[in-house]
Amino acid sequence: MATREREPTMNDAPLLEVTDLSVHFPVTEGVVRQRTIGAVRAVDGVSFTLRRGETFSLVGESGCGKSTTAMAVLRMQPLTGGRIVFDGTDITTLTPAAMRPFRRRIQMVYQDPYGSLNPRMTVRDIIGEPLVVHGLAGDRKTYAARVAELMELVGLLPAMAGRYPHEFSGGQRQRIGIARALALDPDLVVCDEAVSALDVSIQAQVLNLLMDLQQRLGLTYLFISHDLSVVRHLSDRIGVMYLGRIVEVATRDDLFGAPQHPYTRALLDAVPIPSPEREAERPHRVIPGEVPSARNPPPGCPFHPRCPHALPQCRTDAPALSARPDGRLVACHL
Amino acid sequence: MMTAPADQTAPLLEIEDLSVAFRTERGLVRAVDGANLTLRAGETLALVGESGSGKSVTALSILGLLGDNARVERGRILFEGEDLLRLDRRALRGIRGHRISMIFQEPMSSLNPVLTIGRQVAEPIRLHQGRSWPEALDQAAELLARVAIPDPRERLAQYPHHFSGGMRQRVMIAMALACQPRLIIADEPTTALDVTVQAQILELLKTLTRETGAALLLITHDLGVVARYAERVAVMYAGRIVESASARALYGTPRHPYTEGLMASVPSLTGEPRARLLTISGQPPDLADLPPGCAFAPRCPHVHELCRGTVPALQPATGTSDRDHRSACHGYP
Repeated sequence: MATREREPTMNDAPLLEVTDLSVHFPVTEGVVRQRTIGAVRAVDGVSFTLRRGETFSLVGESGCGKSTTAMAVLRMQPLTGGRIVFDGTDITTLTPAAMRPFRRRIQMVYQDPYGSLNPRMTVRDIIGEPLVVHGLAGDRKTYAARVAELMELVGLLPAMAGRYPHEFSGGQRQRIGIARALALDPDLVVCDEAVSALDVSIQAQVLNLLMDLQQRLGLTYLFISHDLSVVRHLSDRIGVMYLGRIVEVATRDDLFGAPQHPYTRALLDAVPIPSPEREAERPHRVIPGEVPSARNPPPGCPFHPRCPHALPQCRTDAPALSARPDGRLVACHL
Repeated sequence: MMTAPADQTAPLLEIEDLSVAFRTERGLVRAVDGANLTLRAGETLALVGESGSGKSVTALSILGLLGDNARVERGRILFEGEDLLRLDRRALRGIRGHRISMIFQEPMSSLNPVLTIGRQVAEPIRLHQGRSWPEALDQAAELLARVAIPDPRERLAQYPHHFSGGMRQRVMIAMALACQPRLIIADEPTTALDVTVQAQILELLKTLTRETGAALLLITHDLGVVARYAERVAVMYAGRIVESASARALYGTPRHPYTEGLMASVPSLTGEPRARLLTISGQPPDLADLPPGCAFAPRCPHVHELCRGTVPALQPATGTSDRDHRSACHGYP
């Protein structure tokens, strides 16, 4: 199999539609007789849509449910509720066998370039393994040629295919992870904190690579990150998550130009800008408190204990994610 | 705990020609190589660099906290005029946690999990100020209140696992402030924290250093944090300081190609979205196998013959608004 260079598509139907997704983890008590005494609502009613060829990012702080959402989309995490439609097919309840052809089309790049590559496999076999698993490896020559093609695609020298992961730097390892994700020529690539472990000079190389590959191959990205500067650089649209819910969805320019949800505003205020002049002019507003536990979320709007504008209503009613006149979605009573 | 306004001219800390080497399986690795650094009283200096650049080793050598396999090969670390490298363990203990204190990246692993928070915060007060436990605990409660930990009295009896990451880092700051230090060294103090909590902790550090007149040596890889909080910056690469200047001069007129490369490769909230980021080609060098000459030469877009043979010295830079701007580059005299 070869890497397709997709034409810009005329297909307006979304590639992925996630509706009211929930992932709850049971909290148990007792050792011999385990009783369920509660649930961690890691993801609680999340809905979003990915258009073909775009980069949609889920951004938020630790424990907001962004990675769990990604795992659920890949069907690597059992759902408590909700629906996942990929390219027109409801994949929510597909059996593992029926899911297989879709696994080819949805691939993942992981955060940790050290932990996610098997140290006892050569780079050739790490990159080629998905081909073998899906019975697409062909004969030795085809296999080697495909791996070489993938290595070139991500900027690695094919001559290094016989080496082991420890012989590569962090940035090169992340390229290996990207090559493996591309081996099956997927439509959707889920990047979970794919550049977070890298030093800035290497991070820039990998970000450029991800943008090049998207353009060349027409990929759609679901990008999971806590880094707002990276998200702004890469994304077309962004969903901001807080405590298992999406609080705002908007295009990049709307979200960063005029954030509407008080949490989005607080996040942007907290991110320092690498310019002493700009920082000197900017007010340094800080919101109090920390993200509450997902096991005991506050009633009403999950953000109200930290919100500078909370109304009495916010303490009792959770606001729904609803459309504003400019097309963005915001979950806020204000 | 207010002190007189700090003298802005006298150097509080002067590191001169510091070299630190580690014995490893692959031979001697020089993690810090001829570093020079000056920190004035009350000033915030950021030490910036990527992993392995030597910034943390520099900090640990100030406190004499290097491991057994490390050796200071040469140099001086003058703190208030006294060479810390010549002090014996006992004298150094008198300074550590007293006049110089440190905040580490991982608040969980730097707190003892089996001792109460009160015991840990009160201990330096008891040791360095000779207070009784009840007195020290009273003072510990005041310190927790100062770093905005609610219900400080009740919190004293709790253990580190009862605290969130941000609250633990507040405890670390309370401990660092316990003895009114003149210098606080913070090694990536917010790297493990979420961004809204990072902002809280850094604002707190800024307020407290202002109030107490303590100088802050802030070790970080985050150029945004540097721009927001530091007055002066030193950039490290492969164990050497390659540039130092006021924050404004460093960001406005960088005088080293590595600094320029770093600035250009960071996406920011104000940059051009989706534009190609300028990158620094290649990888950071292997410290066990450094090239002769400038360590940045193999990645430098402006490299010439001289760079490959001779290590450039840190010298006053031209074309900058800062008189103390220094750069170690043959191309930027």
